[in-house]
Amino acid sequence: MAQSLPATAIRPLRVPLPLWGLAIGALVWWIFTTPLWYSDPIRVDFSPERTFVALVQLLSTGAIVPHVIDSLRRVLVGLLAAIAIGVPLGILLGLSRPLDQATSALFQFIRMISPLSWMPIAVMVLGIGDLPVYFLLTIAAVWSLILNTSAGVAAVDRRWLLLSKSLCATQWETISRVIIPAIIPHLLTGVRLAIGIIWIVLVPAEMLGVSAGLGYYILDTRDRLAYSELMAVILIIGTIGYCLDTSLRVAYRRWAHQR
Amino acid sequence: MTQLPAAHSKADPYQIPTPTANSASKAMLLTVQQLQKDYQTRQGTFTAFTDINLQIHAGEVVCLLGASGCGKSSLLLTIAGLQSANQGEIFLQGDRLNVPHPQIGLVFQQAALLPWLTVWQNIAFGLQLKQMSQLSRSEVRSRISAAISSVHLQGFERAYPHQLSGGMAQRVALARSLARQPKLLLLDEPFSALDAITRLEMQKLLLAVIQQHHSTVLLVTHDIDEALLLGDRVLLMSRHPGRIHREWIVSQPKPRFQHAHLLTELRLEIFTELSTLISPDL
Repeated sequence: MAQSLPATAIRPLRVPLPLWGLAIGALVWWIFTTPLWYSDPIRVDFSPERTFVALVQLLSTGAIVPHVIDSLRRVLVGLLAAIAIGVPLGILLGLSRPLDQATSALFQFIRMISPLSWMPIAVMVLGIGDLPVYFLLTIAAVWSLILNTSAGVAAVDRRWLLLSKSLCATQWETISRVIIPAIIPHLLTGVRLAIGIIWIVLVPAEMLGVSAGLGYYILDTRDRLAYSELMAVILIIGTIGYCLDTSLRVAYRRWAHQR
Repeated sequence: MTQLPAAHSKADPYQIPTPTANSASKAMLLTVQQLQKDYQTRQGTFTAFTDINLQIHAGEVVCLLGASGCGKSSLLLTIAGLQSANQGEIFLQGDRLNVPHPQIGLVFQQAALLPWLTVWQNIAFGLQLKQMSQLSRSEVRSRISAAISSVHLQGFERAYPHQLSGGMAQRVALARSLARQPKLLLLDEPFSALDAITRLEMQKLLLAVIQQHHSTVLLVTHDIDEALLLGDRVLLMSRHPGRIHREWIVSQPKPRFQHAHLLTELRLEIFTELSTLISPDL
């Protein structure tokens, strides 16, 4: 009688579901662009085969690195500016119902204006260079921080505020030692949304008269008709965006577990 | 066994001394005079409690007993300075109170621990606020250690609130108040959310803590047994609006857990009185 194989030997290799999604996406991309059955030179320049060659070249020569650093710097500055404006404002709105009511219509009105609509005004007022880009990134990201922060403050457990009051805490002590730690999950959600928006707005914003950055590089590759490089930069943009989002998600989980 | 005189009741209204009169105010830790609290509702003004006159001596444990909605928790929050009274005055050792006082400790029905802080940090929280007198690091450490030891939570200093049972969380809340060494401890139904066995354990613990710290306590409860086991005096509140209806002095020595049968008669008397208050016609 044949001896049966141990269970571990016959267990099929498990592929995580997200990888399945990525693999199917890559397959669709390959089917519609591969030089195996397409001869159009522009179309095949977008194929995974050529894109990966361009990607390896970009990374090995380091040509893309200054652009990545410039873009990440702009993301950081835009995010910090949005946090510096959005979090204190969100706390104020969360603490003061009249202020919240007084500003809600105005903020909803401005929030619904696409950040890219500000482009001409930003260039007219701030000129060309980094400043209008920072402005666009900040105005795009600040709303998710304001709204999440004020929602967080409104959701702070009333018992903690009562406790703080009963212990004779000053208003600043209540804000710094109770409210801010209590709203960190909301803040992390706000920062995560803000980074997503900033990353999306960054590429068109970097088409505003700057001379480096991933958005600039996309335009540059288009002008040079280097479509495989263009696709490689798109892959880099997607990867960096995914990594930023994942790091925020991990931070959120860690904080949530600690609670 | 000789039955001890368990209690005697006082139905007469209190004779409130003038708080500014030195002899009287020094004898009393807390004096409440003609206190009244109204809330504005859609139906109009709702009086939570009125005509509250109360005196608590240092080292005394007073239990405020009453049915739900009689205003006892509202009265406790007013004494704690967490809400203002519409009429009347509160004095702590002769000093008028209208805001929270560092010498008053409050333990809520729910432990209200800050979930991002450990047990140690939760207790330290109350010691590191500006209103508290500046304590050295070693003094803070020794106060926290002593408080943790009082509530038998050694070994759990680094635990987070979500890792604690309901009883343990309430012990941390008690330790947080004790570490501040308050002159008056206000307890708002602190064990009502616990199961019967944990509640009994906590009552024993509280009694030990009160004796160890010589605490003065005002305990709000709806549990007659709890009031009889812990209190030196039991005040029964009527409702709509809340008033102090009657008072019993429980003179039996503590601890009373092994001699609870001696309190049966008093328990029945309070129960009957409470039943009459809740539904006079039945």
